Amino acid sequence: MDLNLTTEEQQFRDELRAWLEANSPQDWDQWREKPIEESFEYLRAWQRKLYEGGWAAVSWPKEYGGRGASLMQQAIFWEEMARVEAPPMVNSLGLGLIGPTIIAYGTDAQKKRFVPKILSAEEIWCQGFSEPNAGSDLAALQTEARLDGDHYIVNGQKVWTSYGWVGNWCEVVVRTDAEVAKHKGLTVLLVDMKSKGFEVRPLRQMTGESEFNELFFRDVRVPVENVLGKVNDGWNVAVSTLMHERGSYGARLHLLFKRSINRLIELSRTFQKNGRAAAQDPLTRQKLAQCYAEIEIMRWNQMRAFSRISATGIPGPEGSIQKIFWSELNQRVQQIAQEMMGPYGQLLAGDSHAVDKGIWAYGYLRTRGNTIEAGTSEVQRNIIGHFVLGLPRSY
Amino acid sequence: MQFGLSESQEFLKDSARKFFAGECPIAEVRRLMDTDTAYDASLWSKIADQGYTGIIFSEEYGGVGLGKVELILLVEEAGRALLPGPFFSTVALAGVVIDAVAGPEKKKKYLAPICRGDARSTVAVLEASANWDPAAIQIAGASGKLTGEKLFVPDAAVADFIVVVARDGVFVVDAKTSGMKISPMKGMDLGRKLYTIQFNNTPAEKLGDAAALSRAFDISTAALVAEMVGGMQRTLEVSVDYAKMRKQFGKPIGMFQAVQHQCADMYLETESSRSAAYYAAWALEENAPDASVAVSIAKMYASDACRTVGNRGIQIHGGMGFTWENDLHLYYRRAKSSETMFGDATFHRERIARQVIDSGANFAKSA
Repeated sequence: MDLNLTTEEQQFRDELRAWLEANSPQDWDQWREKPIEESFEYLRAWQRKLYEGGWAAVSWPKEYGGRGASLMQQAIFWEEMARVEAPPMVNSLGLGLIGPTIIAYGTDAQKKRFVPKILSAEEIWCQGFSEPNAGSDLAALQTEARLDGDHYIVNGQKVWTSYGWVGNWCEVVVRTDAEVAKHKGLTVLLVDMKSKGFEVRPLRQMTGESEFNELFFRDVRVPVENVLGKVNDGWNVAVSTLMHERGSYGARLHLLFKRSINRLIELSRTFQKNGRAAAQDPLTRQKLAQCYAEIEIMRWNQMRAFSRISATGIPGPEGSIQKIFWSELNQRVQQIAQEMMGPYGQLLAGDSHAVDKGIWAYGYLRTRGNTIEAGTSEVQRNIIGHFVLGLPRSY
Repeated sequence: MQFGLSESQEFLKDSARKFFAGECPIAEVRRLMDTDTAYDASLWSKIADQGYTGIIFSEEYGGVGLGKVELILLVEEAGRALLPGPFFSTVALAGVVIDAVAGPEKKKKYLAPICRGDARSTVAVLEASANWDPAAIQIAGASGKLTGEKLFVPDAAVADFIVVVARDGVFVVDAKTSGMKISPMKGMDLGRKLYTIQFNNTPAEKLGDAAALSRAFDISTAALVAEMVGGMQRTLEVSVDYAKMRKQFGKPIGMFQAVQHQCADMYLETESSRSAAYYAAWALEENAPDASVAVSIAKMYASDACRTVGNRGIQIHGGMGFTWENDLHLYYRRAKSSETMFGDATFHRERIARQVIDSGANFAKSA
């Protein structure tokens, strides 16, 4: 056990630090608060810059424009990005999930056609997995693709698609064989979102925003060369995408949480609780300390998991622990913020009395989704029960 | 960066597990807990033969000279076996305190026999206030004599000498000294017996100043968390095994999500406690600036987790879990005793708050 950085990790960090110092934008503060629709081109340009510096997808193999970074290096990457408060990358699904899946399953032609433009954010990618009747039970999906000569004809509906409004391409899981067991009749298609019959509608979520979209397919024609992997092997391709969903995501989250708790500690000195500063209120102190502690444990869990994955080479189901841990913790952090702020906690952006421009009211609502998106807490506990502890499958 | 165990650390952990399973199976635990002291001389000499009593102490005093990570791996396995008797008190309490506060002469006198396995010891901290804050300690020993009462002293009846924390230093009292009365307390944990000690003008030798005590207590606390992790691990394993085997409504109960999710939460709580214990041990070894906060984080989290894991384990076992015959309550009793030792979650949350709210320090390092 040695938690110090290796020479290699240190070099990686120093090189990145130097690059970020020279290249990370200084005017992000002016854009940060704006709706993503307005800042999108700014962010696209930022990703292009990262791409040109070779930093857009450090985890990818070198031959595809990455750096073959270890999990530790990936964690370092996100920590450094957060340290300088660099803007996010806009093609996050392409970089984090879909690109790696195309690299793993794609034909040479597909890799050549799609991969560079994912890195440069020239083409934005979306994920068409969930459906109104297929959430946790993804394999029950109903969107169907019928072969017609050298094209598939796709009909159906997808939901919870991020970046749908700005997407160019979409990784879509469809049913190509309805006669076999539900996992066995699925195929993954790479769909041009400008295709005829393809419609994107905003999906308004409980926060009032539309982070997500619904996708409608009406006789959308997809050429057979856009099948990713083998026909009727879509389940394995999709699972491979979902495995990447866990990966190093937590490293990014840890720093966001850290910032939240530090800000809450700051605010506890000004908010009053039971006639004194909240920072002096025993119960508030207990709750802040609990959150602070769990945010640290979240990082230590992550580091242990990374070390284990580095040793075995496969991202295993331990990712499920992380998902439960951070999503439930994030809700508790938001809850303590609300308790501390009392009536101020509910004030949204735009109200002159709102704390921190309403981020706490927003966060309180937004974190409700954390235990649902990217695999519900119930599904994560099933995964631990079955795949880690070896209990019989419950469904 | 590598937050996994090295080959030699894995080896130590693995051989400790086999050793405790072989020499102190649960039947032996039950036999010893029915004795007055839970101490067995032949088990003790086998533990000493393994070098376990000197694991982290310098070779100069006959120790093995390993680090804090090795100490907690060993104690974790002792906890998994629910090892009864004075091993923890002697090594992780008395040995660690002597090592931190005493000079070379006193170490030769007191630490060396611990390393050799010739002496058993313990540390007397709490008084009637039951406050783990050293500032609450009343007893004084500067005159060379101690008068007053210590409570909740583990394994005092089998100690050859007792380390006493006073408000003006750390002292040691020979067990054979007259003017000291050791009486058992009826604690919940049957494997770690608790005692009161009354001192009445009892001659005491000064070991050293109390200044180095906070670091010693941090090491002892990290070791205690590791012991708790071992207990949680065992509770998790037997509960999962039971959930696979026990059938109701024609199915293993582990197939029901209400049961399965309890198991998943036990796993999460156990692993998170383990991450915290290992990190704290490493931070202590490296003298990292966040070492003390890390210890409090670990003890805070594990104090709640070990109780919760026990609750879940007993619940999963249903009626069987409520019987004397089932072993879970033995772990559950130990969990309660460990929860309060060196301060429970509430105590440590306040300690964390003092460091991160009051001083405004931010210990979290980035990679």
